[in-house]
Amino acid sequence: MSDLKISGVHKHYGGVHAVKGVDLDVPSGEFTVLVGPSGCGKSTLLRCIAGLEDLDAGTIEIGNQDVTWKRPRDRDIAMVFQSYALYPYMSVSENIAFGLRARKMAEAEINKRVNQAAEMLGIGALLKRRPRELSGGQRQRVAIGRAIVRDARLFLFDEPLSNLDAQLRDEMRAEIKRLHQDLKRTMIYVTHDQIEAMTLADRIVLLRDGRVEQMGAPLDLFERPATRFVGGFLGSPKMNFVPAELSGSVLRLSDAVSLQLAKAPGGRGNAPVLLGIRPQHIFRAGDSANSLQPPVTIIADLVQVTGTRALVTFAIAGQTLIADLEVGPDCVTGGKIDVRFDINRAILFDPQTGQALAAPSEIRPRP
Amino acid sequence: MRKSSVPGEIIWYAASILIVMAVLFPIYWMFMISLKLPEEIFKSPPAWFPSVPQFSNYGALFSDGDVWSLWNSLVIAGVSTLIAMVLGTLCAYAIVRFKTGGDNFAIWILSQRMLPPIAVVFPIFLAYAAFGLSDSFPGLILLYTAFALPYTVWMMRGYLQDVPVELEEAALIDGYSHLEVLWKVTVPMARNGLIATAIFAFVFSWNEFLFALILTRTEVITFTVQISQYFGSQSTFWAKIAAMSVLGTLPVFFAVSLLQRYLVRGISLGAVKG
Repeated sequence: MSDLKISGVHKHYGGVHAVKGVDLDVPSGEFTVLVGPSGCGKSTLLRCIAGLEDLDAGTIEIGNQDVTWKRPRDRDIAMVFQSYALYPYMSVSENIAFGLRARKMAEAEINKRVNQAAEMLGIGALLKRRPRELSGGQRQRVAIGRAIVRDARLFLFDEPLSNLDAQLRDEMRAEIKRLHQDLKRTMIYVTHDQIEAMTLADRIVLLRDGRVEQMGAPLDLFERPATRFVGGFLGSPKMNFVPAELSGSVLRLSDAVSLQLAKAPGGRGNAPVLLGIRPQHIFRAGDSANSLQPPVTIIADLVQVTGTRALVTFAIAGQTLIADLEVGPDCVTGGKIDVRFDINRAILFDPQTGQALAAPSEIRPRP
Repeated sequence: MRKSSVPGEIIWYAASILIVMAVLFPIYWMFMISLKLPEEIFKSPPAWFPSVPQFSNYGALFSDGDVWSLWNSLVIAGVSTLIAMVLGTLCAYAIVRFKTGGDNFAIWILSQRMLPPIAVVFPIFLAYAAFGLSDSFPGLILLYTAFALPYTVWMMRGYLQDVPVELEEAALIDGYSHLEVLWKVTVPMARNGLIATAIFAFVFSWNEFLFALILTRTEVITFTVQISQYFGSQSTFWAKIAAMSVLGTLPVFFAVSLLQRYLVRGISLGAVKG
């Protein structure tokens, strides 16, 4: 059963076309993350779902009911805001109970739900405090508590972790994930942080310029990006892009570096392409993976050691690439390192359109 | 903080005391006149204190029934402030949240107060005479509400803009209507500004003289008009003028003293917003 169905949604702000015909079907219980760069329309789309913005075209169904023109309070949704949106003149307990009082719920039931939510979120001892007496993480827990007591059909999160520091963000991310596992409710989560998207989502909807660029399971998008934009947006450090020349099944990156594909991508013949390869898919030559590719000697321009790994910046034919390698004595600026490209997991893109030409399975090297 | 020298501090305190004395002296002098005998008022050299405090000056205001003018002022200023605050807040909310009237509507409303009041006295006098509103509570309340409204809309607009819209959106999603959100979320959030605006509106109506003089005769004379009646062609009752002025200062003095905390915050909030 679908909890949310969005069909052909358009939204303009003055002359800006913020959402351009988005279709989305979210099954019951799924954790969907809307992700994309600033200005891609993800928050606008979430606000349209919440009923905080009127649509210019399209329909929105929640629980198989058309809610396109219904008021926010009639949509059976709960929302967590980036700024927490806590009422400063109310206690934590009153903040959490605020939505229940709007629905004229019995006081005993309100107290029961507030206490349950507070216990679940570990804020039971803070119920009498005012928001200004809480830390950022505690405030966000209260905001989440206010949403979950509502027991709504759909939970909306608008960049709820953006105001927290890095460590707290990691903790809260895990808590939200656990919350979803416990509540098993449909959740729509907006973020610009690709790590949040990858770690939280059952399904990622990647938006670009008001349109859905690609949607699917996080690993699908990570491994099989449909466009150069998706490949570059997901993953840290970013995917490397190297212009290359395709001659049959041989991919020439420079005069000195050529890679062997399993077969020539259909219909390309000899043509310029863009090789997309993630830093994690470039290995030391000694590693067993993909040993059939010839080793390439690189010279480290910059080395950033992160512990057991090192991010090594180097250049091929004037293009800067990053490799995520195991730390070794050669991981120094100017150091020569032999590496291999795991061509199995690389993607070829059309340099003009940015569309993916071939999935990795199609360009596996010959055995 | 910079450590200041002892002579510097002395100059600082002396200057402060001088400024405070300059500000408070007229109030002191007014209070003293209200307790003096007529011959002490213009005595030279001046009598700093009355020889025997004449509380009968105040007693006369009560026995003559003049203090009713204070009650009239209180009713007119209080009710017009209440109405102007309710309408002004609703109007400002519509301008801020729904962009009612476009970007310049608030300035257009404020521009209504740019007109010199004297320019509209005559037409208003004629209109009030025609509609039987002269010398009546509804007449002055209506007029003072109309005068206070542009200020309340303008000021409340600034304060409401400071209320984070997410708080209202959260309440809308939680199940409240726009009107409930205004009452339960926006107004408590803008409380300081609301009180500052209300005091401004009240003080304006309380002090108004020109229209009260033209539009009242006997029934609803306000205290400012009452004071003007002590200036006679034969003699001027300075002690009564001072006593009525002291009584007229008290409501505003108490209101500002009680609400000073909100007033200062409200004014500074508006100042930052611009």
